[in-house]
Amino acid sequence: MTSASPSISAAGPAPEPSALAEISQETLALCRRLFVQLLRRPSTLVAGVLQPLIWLVLFGALFSRAPEGLLPGGISYGRFLGAGVIVFTAFSGALNAGLPLMFDREFGFLNRLLVAPLRSRSSIVLASVLYITAMSLVQSLAIMATAALLGYGWPSGPGLFVVLVTLLLLVFAVTALSLGLAFALPGHIELIAVIFVANLPLLFASTALAPISFMPPWLGWLAALNPLTFAIEPIRAVYSGSFHLGDVVLNAPYGSLTAGTCLGLLAVLSAALFLSIRPLLDRKLT
Amino acid sequence: MIELQHLSKRYGGGRKAQPVHALDDLCLSVPAGCLYGLLGPNGAGKTTALRILCTLLAPDGGSVQVAGIDALAQPRAVRRLLGYVAQEVALDKILTGRELLQLQGDLYHLRPADRDGRIDELTALLAMNDWIDRRCGTYSGGMRRRLDLAAGLLHRPKVLVLDEPTVGLDIESRSAIWQVLRQLRDQGTTVLLSSHYLEEVDALADRLAILEAGRVIAEGPPQQLKAALGGDRVTLRVREFSDAEEAEQVRRLLEDCQGVSRVVVNRAQGFSLNLVVDDDGVVERLRRQLAEARLPVFALSQSRPSLDDVYLQATGRTLMDAELSVAGLRDAKAERKQAMR
Repeated sequence: MTSASPSISAAGPAPEPSALAEISQETLALCRRLFVQLLRRPSTLVAGVLQPLIWLVLFGALFSRAPEGLLPGGISYGRFLGAGVIVFTAFSGALNAGLPLMFDREFGFLNRLLVAPLRSRSSIVLASVLYITAMSLVQSLAIMATAALLGYGWPSGPGLFVVLVTLLLLVFAVTALSLGLAFALPGHIELIAVIFVANLPLLFASTALAPISFMPPWLGWLAALNPLTFAIEPIRAVYSGSFHLGDVVLNAPYGSLTAGTCLGLLAVLSAALFLSIRPLLDRKLT
Repeated sequence: MIELQHLSKRYGGGRKAQPVHALDDLCLSVPAGCLYGLLGPNGAGKTTALRILCTLLAPDGGSVQVAGIDALAQPRAVRRLLGYVAQEVALDKILTGRELLQLQGDLYHLRPADRDGRIDELTALLAMNDWIDRRCGTYSGGMRRRLDLAAGLLHRPKVLVLDEPTVGLDIESRSAIWQVLRQLRDQGTTVLLSSHYLEEVDALADRLAILEAGRVIAEGPPQQLKAALGGDRVTLRVREFSDAEEAEQVRRLLEDCQGVSRVVVNRAQGFSLNLVVDDDGVVERLRRQLAEARLPVFALSQSRPSLDDVYLQATGRTLMDAELSVAGLRDAKAERKQAMR
């Protein structure tokens, strides 16, 4: 149905307002609702910041006496861990993206949205993506600030940009996954179970807590294939000082990956996930 | 205004469950500006029909037209015309009533100034001033219903569709909603509501359709449907609480009585007997016959036919009996799943 279609006589003689105006009106309204919910029930936000903070402080302390030279480049464990915790924060925040949607399905609020003449049903998904992206970035920035206070450093201007781009790519990918699950699974119990099960193993099977050289080969392989690793290593490179897209940041069992390759892989993953959940969303939202 | 033609819809039919025919060749035509009632017991297909009309559900077969627009081909154009007040009120309990209405207004693309003015209007109309800025989580059932009605009316729909709008409500909220619905009808809005309350449909509707097992079994203005039945209705109870055996005995006795055209045992009302009689003289004859058979009379009342009698005539059981017989069969979990996307 296009705005040029004359057959919608019931809408009156007035021309249809532009699609962009309508889509942004409905998306903003849906997004505003999610933020109002967050501000009136801030526990999600607080827990989302507290959990990685505890990781940062406890794990940092646990391994603070790790022998010198254990880590590549001889950096301290706290500085090494920082990148992992930042990525983990963004990841676990985005993994929850599907929850509000799942509750809307269960409580019938989604039906209210589907009865309305939304210009595009994608507005529902778009609002979730905007909300969860903003929230994940806020949480990540809080962790970065804490890491800076703990003396683990703060990325320079261009470095900060790399960190943001990396986190955005990861958040998009994980949000797509979570939204897909929110429509594929029967209820919030199942969704929470999947989130719970996915969360920690993905953390441990990545380079967030230890480098690949430290792992047994099978775990090294897992970590080298884990998308979290592709996000962690460029950020870690930023934190360790000099950063160039062409620098090798990951020595995987299957070869060396540059920062640019890592970011490219994340971008491909995001795109692939959004494309693969499209048929599901189309089916559930029409 | 609304044309539903030969709608059919089946649920389930997987490995475990037998398919349920929620709608079976349902045809319904609602004239413009009419307050139209959809009456039937739970499980008759009322909600399914309304969900299909509101483009929430695709029928297995048949066509849906609203104001000449094919709802299956142009759902968005139809959504703009419709206001839908669902049975299960889904409010966001964290938002205030006003915020919910603002969200609703944006989803219907009202201009902000228009939207806020309209919210003020409806707040006054539905007497929501005192609590519209409180969170929805604190609302009572009546408040939630009124807010949901306001949400359905926000974009000035040509057609308002309500699924059991007053179920479980206090009398005050119910009459407030009735008043608004009449007002809307008088202003030219087409109103279609479903109900399993006989009195509600009788009091409100200009026309009604009675649904049974997914089909329309009677249709017309309430007075006409009742008048068409003819005869008077007599309700007889030999004892305050009788049993099936005794009721059956009395039924056999009365069936042969001259002037009695029909006797039905009403399980839902303590095995009372519902009779259709031809004239006033019959009641005297009944009393005599009962006295001869040494049967007591606890209560005996006579009335003109009601909508319940219309239902009884068409299906052979009272609406209340129909409700009771499906009450145990309903699967709340399966129904929630049907409603979930």
